[in-house]
Amino acid sequence: MVRMKVNGEAVSVDAKPETPLLWVIREKLNLTGTKFGCGIAQCGACTVHLNGEPVRSCSLPVSAAEGKDITTVEGLMKTPTGQALQAGWVKAQAPQCGYCQSGQLMTAAKVISVVKKNLSRTEILEAMSGNICRCGTYNQIASAVSHAQKTLQGGKA
Amino acid sequence: MKTMNTPLTPSVSRRSFILGSGGLALGLSFGLTQTELALAQAPGAGGFGPNSWINIGLDGVVTLMSPASEMGQGTMTAMPMLLAEEMDLDWSQVRVVQSPNNPKLYGNPRFGGGMTTGASRTVQGYYEPLRLAGAQARLVMVNAAAQAMGVPAAELRTEASRVIHSSGRAMTYADIAKVAKVPAELPKVDKSMLKPMAQFRLIGKDIPRVDVPAKSSGQALYGIDQRLPGMLWASVLRAPVQGETPESVDDTAARAVAGVKNVVRLPYGVAVVADSFYTAKMARDQLKVVWTQKAKARAQNSDTMRAEYIKRAQNLDDKGVAFIAHGDAAKQLAGATRTFSATYTSEMVSHICLEPMNCTARVDGDKIEVWAPAQSASFVTGTVAGAGGFKPENIKVNITLLGGGFGRRVEADYAADAALVAKAMPGTPIQVIWTREDDMTHDKYRPMTGQHLVAGVDAQGKLVGLLHRVVSEGVYARVVPPAFKASGGKDAPVMEGTEITYDIPDHSVQFMIEDRGIQAGFWRAVGPGYTKFAIETLIDEVARGVKADPLAYRMDLLKKHPRGQAVLKAVGEMSQWGQAKLPQGHALGLAFSDAWNTYCGMVVQVSIEKGRPKVHKVWSAVDCGHALQPQNVQAQIEGSVIFGLSAALHEHMDFRAGEPQQTNLNKYQVLRANETPEVIVKVMPTDNHPGGIGEVGLPPLAPAMANAIASINGKRLRALPLPMV
Repeated sequence: MVRMKVNGEAVSVDAKPETPLLWVIREKLNLTGTKFGCGIAQCGACTVHLNGEPVRSCSLPVSAAEGKDITTVEGLMKTPTGQALQAGWVKAQAPQCGYCQSGQLMTAAKVISVVKKNLSRTEILEAMSGNICRCGTYNQIASAVSHAQKTLQGGKA
Repeated sequence: MKTMNTPLTPSVSRRSFILGSGGLALGLSFGLTQTELALAQAPGAGGFGPNSWINIGLDGVVTLMSPASEMGQGTMTAMPMLLAEEMDLDWSQVRVVQSPNNPKLYGNPRFGGGMTTGASRTVQGYYEPLRLAGAQARLVMVNAAAQAMGVPAAELRTEASRVIHSSGRAMTYADIAKVAKVPAELPKVDKSMLKPMAQFRLIGKDIPRVDVPAKSSGQALYGIDQRLPGMLWASVLRAPVQGETPESVDDTAARAVAGVKNVVRLPYGVAVVADSFYTAKMARDQLKVVWTQKAKARAQNSDTMRAEYIKRAQNLDDKGVAFIAHGDAAKQLAGATRTFSATYTSEMVSHICLEPMNCTARVDGDKIEVWAPAQSASFVTGTVAGAGGFKPENIKVNITLLGGGFGRRVEADYAADAALVAKAMPGTPIQVIWTREDDMTHDKYRPMTGQHLVAGVDAQGKLVGLLHRVVSEGVYARVVPPAFKASGGKDAPVMEGTEITYDIPDHSVQFMIEDRGIQAGFWRAVGPGYTKFAIETLIDEVARGVKADPLAYRMDLLKKHPRGQAVLKAVGEMSQWGQAKLPQGHALGLAFSDAWNTYCGMVVQVSIEKGRPKVHKVWSAVDCGHALQPQNVQAQIEGSVIFGLSAALHEHMDFRAGEPQQTNLNKYQVLRANETPEVIVKVMPTDNHPGGIGEVGLPPLAPAMANAIASINGKRLRALPLPMV
């Protein structure tokens, strides 16, 4: 049994301790927003937050989450940051196939939470370069992140 | 916590069609038999269906069928928009559902009526049929309103889901749906009744894509997200070299892993079924399999293949199959004042759909239901029938959202996995998921090619002849052998892009097929990705060689093609071609593409950093005829530019003794955000039938880069990915 908090709810799951957190989230908790892409922490599709820090859930054994706070994209969307990001994504019509976007959103949430100044396109692209988008929506993501950042600062986006 | 039936969005549920495709449905234009017509007319869940594409709910919500696979190209918005345009629907009241797999009702005429999405043919194929279906439904509503209101139909007009009489009296479509009956004979419609471009209310406007909100919040459901009660997961061990099969299997250790439910032998591998994917994968790694050692692919090494391809491309005595033979290129070249010749190569590249291949299936007696993120329900049906021995009429295929397609998901080998495992465990839903390593080892790559081109000019520097020779593995040859044979050995996807609008009187294209056993398949802009690279860099070389400006030289070659000239002129203005003040070490490069009936001019600004080309900016002007959603056209051009840039800079699959040397993203680099140039796209709609758009940005990108490099240092790059400079 592994005990952790997922999106604010205490859960205990019966899984082999070495099972990657990704599969526990997707199969045991049925939170399918977190995606499988490469299995070796290269593409970022499986990004979740562990105690507020982005981690690659495909390569993190569930045992490492014992007693920790996990946030998935489903949890993020309940926060003002998540909602601002979604609005930015929609405004920029950012997703194409959309499969990578949960991971992009999780990374973006961290990026805008740690930087207070308005980030430039280049700075956002640099900060987002751990997440692969095969459809090539990077520029739209940059514009969406910038939009969300402005919304959260209360300024006009 | 999310339940398995969470809809995609409130307005877009891809499952709701299962509950009721609704209303009184009638076959429109796909040649239904009387029996099929009777079946289609069976009453549905409520509302009124003027034809099989449309159901008008009594609450005013109009449900529209989307026939193609949504893989990011926007088809789930574009197709319904065509119906709504001609029917004058209030778009805010539209709900989109994925159409059932019924080729007779929903097939694409550009694929012989098959349910296939690819080759940039969805808008091209459905543009008229769907507009006609919308126009016909509009007439049904108008006629029903005329009867209900007791006025002549000629006094009625339509707007935003309402029929309005000249007196001002109006009925909503929902009101009409309550009283309307489907006429014994549907109104006849033809092309002359479709709206002229100037009257479009939806086409050409930037309607937000219906799938975007759910894809911006983690709620969108893909094939891999399919959940069914009692479902188990399977992982399939395939051979390390394509074409080998298991000779002997020791599954003792795999079966001993806690959670493993079954081990199933497949003709080409071994599946382990377990209560979680991770368990299935871990147990699969415990299998001891002896593989055959007879596959053709085993003899292949990329370096020797490339050398042999080059040699064959350059051997003019080996004429292969004549793909294009306009005039007598050989004679023109012999008599030319000057010839330019060059040999090009391209490496195999992988798709890397971010959603790995997967499929879910459940067998019930002799019936099977399949959930597949696939580009072709028709290929899924064929594959499941062939592999599992199911009758086509007993196969129900549900197309889910696709996490990337890029041509890979036209073929359906993953559906064979699911069908075979599900057949071995009747009643138990099975989800097969490929690992990234499975995906890259058993991909159907864009083929390696060797190309040799010879261009001849006359004394005035005018192009008089072009010989274009392509050496490649076949795609149609493997995937659809009958069609390949019927075409006389012309492999259309491999050779796509060799057809050119440039006015060159004598043009000869030859195809030399290889059969090396490493599967070649559809890829984003498969043929034009390398054929346009060769053509557009050679044209540039010729232009420079005869002391002409590359833009002016192309304009001259396009004298008879004003649409081609217009995009070149526009992109020249956008990029300040010939006048731009660029930083030291930067240069512009130009290329043109005419594939998929869309014209695209492209200019890139490039410098060289640490021996590698760096693209700073991309300008593109595009005429795709009627541009359904201009913002999406921009997005597709930009996406395909970035896909092409990734391939041009980084991507190559290398083989040693048939084994891929790259099997995951730590060894196979794809473009990341920090390498992304600015991309500026000008959409130039014209009053023409729409061309394709999902692949258009890719072909001109690499040659424009190579042409820019030549302007910087005089060096001609003739290999993809681009070599060190």
